Amino acid sequence: MRRGVGRAVLFVLVLAALWGLWEGYRWLWIREAWTWPFIVNDTSMPHLHTIFQALWSSARPGGVGPLLITILFHAALFTAKEAAVGFALGAVLGFALGALLAHFRILARGFLPWVVASQTVPILVVAPMVVVWLNPKLPGPLQDWGAVAVIAAYLTFFPVTINTIRGLLSADRRALELMRSYAAGNWRILWKLRFPAALPYIFAALKVSATASVVGAIIGELPSSIQDGLGGQIINYSQYYTTQPTGLWATNVIAAALGITFFLIILVAEKLVVRRAPENVA
Amino acid sequence: MSVVQIKDVTKRFDETTALQGIDLEIEPGEFVSLIGPSGCGKSTLLRIIGDLIQPTSGAASVNGKPARQARIDRDYGIVFQDAVLYDWRTVAKNIALPLELARWDRRRRTDKVKEMLELVELTGFESHYPWQLSGGMQQRVSIARALSFDPALLLMDEPFGALDEMTRERLNMELLRIWEASGSTVVFVTHSIAEAVFLSTRVVVMSPRPGRISNVISIDLQQPRTATTREDPRFFEHVTEVREALHLGHDLERAPV
Repeated sequence: MRRGVGRAVLFVLVLAALWGLWEGYRWLWIREAWTWPFIVNDTSMPHLHTIFQALWSSARPGGVGPLLITILFHAALFTAKEAAVGFALGAVLGFALGALLAHFRILARGFLPWVVASQTVPILVVAPMVVVWLNPKLPGPLQDWGAVAVIAAYLTFFPVTINTIRGLLSADRRALELMRSYAAGNWRILWKLRFPAALPYIFAALKVSATASVVGAIIGELPSSIQDGLGGQIINYSQYYTTQPTGLWATNVIAAALGITFFLIILVAEKLVVRRAPENVA
Repeated sequence: MSVVQIKDVTKRFDETTALQGIDLEIEPGEFVSLIGPSGCGKSTLLRIIGDLIQPTSGAASVNGKPARQARIDRDYGIVFQDAVLYDWRTVAKNIALPLELARWDRRRRTDKVKEMLELVELTGFESHYPWQLSGGMQQRVSIARALSFDPALLLMDEPFGALDEMTRERLNMELLRIWEASGSTVVFVTHSIAEAVFLSTRVVVMSPRPGRISNVISIDLQQPRTATTREDPRFFEHVTEVREALHLGHDLERAPV
């Protein structure tokens, strides 16, 4: 409990420090009229409080229509749905692929370079192709956003695969001998030893993947011209940046909040699932 | 019928001969220590008995069966130098692991775990996690786990090697008590002469390069052994006997062929 309070205080302090850094940088660059690396003004670096003000004012100039935060909240929910489905898909496929490659090491040697190569192809190249290939085949309820979920899965599976392989092979040699002495079969060794031993590795990957799936969903929305998510909002507000820079910044804040939320969910799940000595808990 | 029967076992790893021409028979209820310097193949021999590795030639049998069949029938329990507890499992769940694998139902498992906790005097620690226990307690959990399914044979690979002298002596006493209570046969790898003499009914002295049995010494100290056994003149005689046998093994190694 006390540790929880300490963490909350620390979080606020760091937040305040970052706020101070932003505003201090702004103030100094404007006062000295420095132009490197870029000219600082209300367009390039708006006051942070104006960004939050923008969130709580109407999205359209003139004060009509719903609040910006309401619009962005609904967009975030839409993107969250894509990201969550993509994350689940990527995590399951990533684990399955990792388990397969860990079991058949020879397969891993031949296959792993291709898995790595898949991640060197920019997601911006893959995304439109996935949309073009998948969208015609998807049933009505999955139309459009289903393809985005697949793009999110594409960014999710890789860390999970790599860490699943490492985790499954991390089981102690003696612990394996022990299982052998009990005449345990491969499946039971997998579920009673290798899988629990791999869990900390898998969760480390899931934490990376959780935020990556949000990024994947946002990027996936761009080529599929989906308007309902944060990706659509980013396109929208980047077009109005010169007149209303706070809109894009506010969208960024919400996107970051969504990523952090995903991360925290995995963190809580990890605390519930992984039993480890306290010094080993990250 | 012997519990362990080893016939002309040789084990080679690539170029090195880890074991050569090993013959050994162990009778029911015996406590046999394998002692020798590093590289004499004592742990290798233990693993061959447990079918964790296979001999290059020769054969090991346990309870009259090939070692492989004995392993599949779960005829032995094993304890390593490290407790090798699963740190995501509680003490009770660690002890129950072999019972789960043998598909015992939950009630039987719970009863057996309770009994084993009493045997190793850890009642009250069932919900602790391994990292909440001292090294000595962890090793007791590991012994409880090895004995939980009542194996006829207990294989121990330097189980107390990582513990301090005080804990080691206390666990020696405890192991003897457990050995008497369970009536199982023990094969115990160690490189402590005093430990081997104190615990064993027979000490098998091994020497390295190639690993072989250089001497087998019967220990005729009275049973049950007590704390005063360590002060018995016969105890020191046996210690000297084992020490000399160990040195003889070394001299053999150095002598020109």
